[in-house]
Amino acid sequence: MGLPVEQILIQTINGLVNGMILALVASGLTLIFGIMDVVNFAHGELVMLGAFVGATALGVTGNFWLALVVATLVIAAFGAILQVSTLRPLLGRDPLTTILATFGVSLVLQKYALWQWGPSARKLQEPISAQFSLFYLQYPWYRIATAVLSAAIIGALYLFLKYGKYGIGIRAAMQDRVMAQAMGIPVPLLHTAVFAIGAGMAAASGVLFGPLAGVTQTIGADFTLRAFIVVVVGGMGNLGGSILASIFISLLEAYASLIVSPAQAVIVSFVALILTLLFRPTGLFVPTAR
Amino acid sequence: MTSRSVAGYWTGFAVVLALLVAAPLVLPEFWRRFVTEILIWGLLAMSSDILIGYTGMVSFGHSAFFGLGMYGAAAALLAVRPANLWLALLSGLVAAAVVAVFVAYFATRLRDIYFAITTLVFSQIFYVIIFTWTDVTGGENGLNFARPTLSIPGLFSIPFTTETLHWFVLGVVTLSYLILRRITQSPFGMVLQAIRENEPRTRAIGYRVERYKIVAVMLSGLFAGLAGILYAIQNKFAAPDFVFFLVSGETVIFNVMGGMGTLVGPVAGAAFFLLLREGFSRFFTEYYLIPVGLIFTAMVIFMPQGLLGFLRRRLNQ
Amino acid sequence: MLTLSDVHTYYGKSHILNGVSLEVRAGEVVGLLGRNGVGKSTTLKTVMGLVRPSEGRVTFEGREIGGMASHRVAHLGIAWVPEDRRIFRLLTVMENLRTGLDRPGVTEARRAELLDKVYASFPVLAERRNQAGGTLSGGEQQMLAIARAMMLEPKIILLDEPTEGLMPRMVGQISEIISVLHRDRVAILLVEQNVPLTLEASDRVYIMEKGVVRHHAPAADLRANHAVIHQYLGV
Repeated sequence: MGLPVEQILIQTINGLVNGMILALVASGLTLIFGIMDVVNFAHGELVMLGAFVGATALGVTGNFWLALVVATLVIAAFGAILQVSTLRPLLGRDPLTTILATFGVSLVLQKYALWQWGPSARKLQEPISAQFSLFYLQYPWYRIATAVLSAAIIGALYLFLKYGKYGIGIRAAMQDRVMAQAMGIPVPLLHTAVFAIGAGMAAASGVLFGPLAGVTQTIGADFTLRAFIVVVVGGMGNLGGSILASIFISLLEAYASLIVSPAQAVIVSFVALILTLLFRPTGLFVPTAR
Repeated sequence: MTSRSVAGYWTGFAVVLALLVAAPLVLPEFWRRFVTEILIWGLLAMSSDILIGYTGMVSFGHSAFFGLGMYGAAAALLAVRPANLWLALLSGLVAAAVVAVFVAYFATRLRDIYFAITTLVFSQIFYVIIFTWTDVTGGENGLNFARPTLSIPGLFSIPFTTETLHWFVLGVVTLSYLILRRITQSPFGMVLQAIRENEPRTRAIGYRVERYKIVAVMLSGLFAGLAGILYAIQNKFAAPDFVFFLVSGETVIFNVMGGMGTLVGPVAGAAFFLLLREGFSRFFTEYYLIPVGLIFTAMVIFMPQGLLGFLRRRLNQ
Repeated sequence: MLTLSDVHTYYGKSHILNGVSLEVRAGEVVGLLGRNGVGKSTTLKTVMGLVRPSEGRVTFEGREIGGMASHRVAHLGIAWVPEDRRIFRLLTVMENLRTGLDRPGVTEARRAELLDKVYASFPVLAERRNQAGGTLSGGEQQMLAIARAMMLEPKIILLDEPTEGLMPRMVGQISEIISVLHRDRVAILLVEQNVPLTLEASDRVYIMEKGVVRHHAPAADLRANHAVIHQYLGV
């Protein structure tokens, strides 16, 4: 049985699109882990909340891009509040505690969304409904736009970290928190700021992803699990690695869906995780000489 | 323990046991089943305590052991007529053991967060397999089967009533508790705790940490599977929901709320959680997790030792 | 300017500092000698706010700083050059220096000025300004660590064993840097194992043993009388 080349190419594009959205989620998670050693179990719920807030904002304003900005800012602010109230008191405690605390938060957020917005799925209308011909399909331009926008946001993050005033401070704090603070860098403040940035990015990906799959309370858990896998495969705390891993895993899943059902294709990412942990536990995309 | 606290402990134990034995005789139907469920979840929580509380390995994968114990028992109950209790027990335990072997392998090579994430992934793998392999597992709808009778082939066969099932479950759970308690208080248990406190040092002293971890995982997995079997017998169905990692998450909640490293703490935690759920559902219907989740998070921050954590030292001498 | 009065510090259960009292005046170079493990580094860390004193007082310019968060301590004008240098390996030399420059109240012009000044004093750093910190040699890293501390424009620098593991030629360079700093009226609290260097560079010297200060004298006295050094350090 020969697979038509067209299908493979289409899945490649799908994989890249999904990969970029996942990269947006995963880079926030990586950043948060890198700077404060927190495994944010609630990260997927931030994606989910972003999607819901975006849907509501879209309903009110009628403008998708405005809704995207509103959702990002609202969830970023919420992220800051969350970090200060639940994570700051846990600083210095066993990392297990932060996993548990964020797990508790994820439960609350998930049910809160159910309470606030009800059980039926929300529709988030894509702003661009034009399509173009890709082989035998009509492929939506919106998907391409999503990938481009995600890449742009990640690019902006990269530039900020590399050249921005607090960017250097953040990178220093990721490498050596104690020394960074001894250099006068306000590390506790940076923790809150980074968490807010991560939350904002998660929200943005929720809004971008919304039109593709519908907005329900359960999309969060899915993203959390995928993002964790990506962060481990990419190398914990390694930003570039998590981006590459996001694309890699999404491509694998896309190709796998040609053979098995999408629900089962997800096993591919599980297998990738296990293989990474067995053979290259520091991460697939981390240079071995460190 | 001093002899006075030993006496105190056993008195407390006897009192609780007596109450649990009497429960089905005095409580209304709904609460009878409720207490039985608390016991089953309590057993699951105890099994998880071996890993989280005693060895210091956080596992989000107990739903895999639980679920496979459940499905293993279901397989036996469906395959063999008349439904045989002992076969179900055996089958469920074997299934759980197989999963435990997998997890044990990874336990020795991964630490902390990586282990936690991997166990989570495992439970999700099993969830996906069970959910999608509809022919064998019934997929989304799960499996329905008859409750087996308490029987010894050739001698007698007594069907379970709610009361006798409760006593059977109570018997199994109590026996499990006593076994686990014996184990945690043995030198083996002491080594596990040493691993929790300071793994590199324990290794440096000369203990083969890997071996201890493997045994801890096997123990934990078997008793979790046992809980799954009991659940299957009590409810007469198996569903993929129980393999979903949320069950693992709830197990961890029982452990934290009740007090890790005490064995009884997690049982109390399970009871506490289920009672809260019951209570809050009256007012909040399906949103009970919002207040319960908030309470849990607050406990993680302000009361990390849990409800019975203060007993940890006393119980583990 | 900087005073420690009867400071006690614990690391977990270990009672490391057992009532340390010392003083550094503005512009002075003060040496802190002692064998390994007596608590010299811990003394510096206590000043820097990295460890909290359980008893006693640490004051800087009249202000109580015991237990203050280290980024605030840095803003007050105290810079720390740790024992293992702890430069940011993945940041370039310039980015390492920037970590000390990106603070409130520093104009772009001042930043450029400070950078130029440090590149002039440390030409090898200027050469390697775009190289990752981790690629520098031990001696270069030490210079970077000191240069980085100077970016804070500190009133006092806490120098922890700067010559450890360095070749003799580099030791001489460190000695020079200390005199330049001294000339610029930057106070230095110098922890060292290298006795001759310390005696030469310091105005006064404290000798510690088992978490307390056992002896205190002007460096000149100790240069003349080696018996004390033998007694406490066996050198």
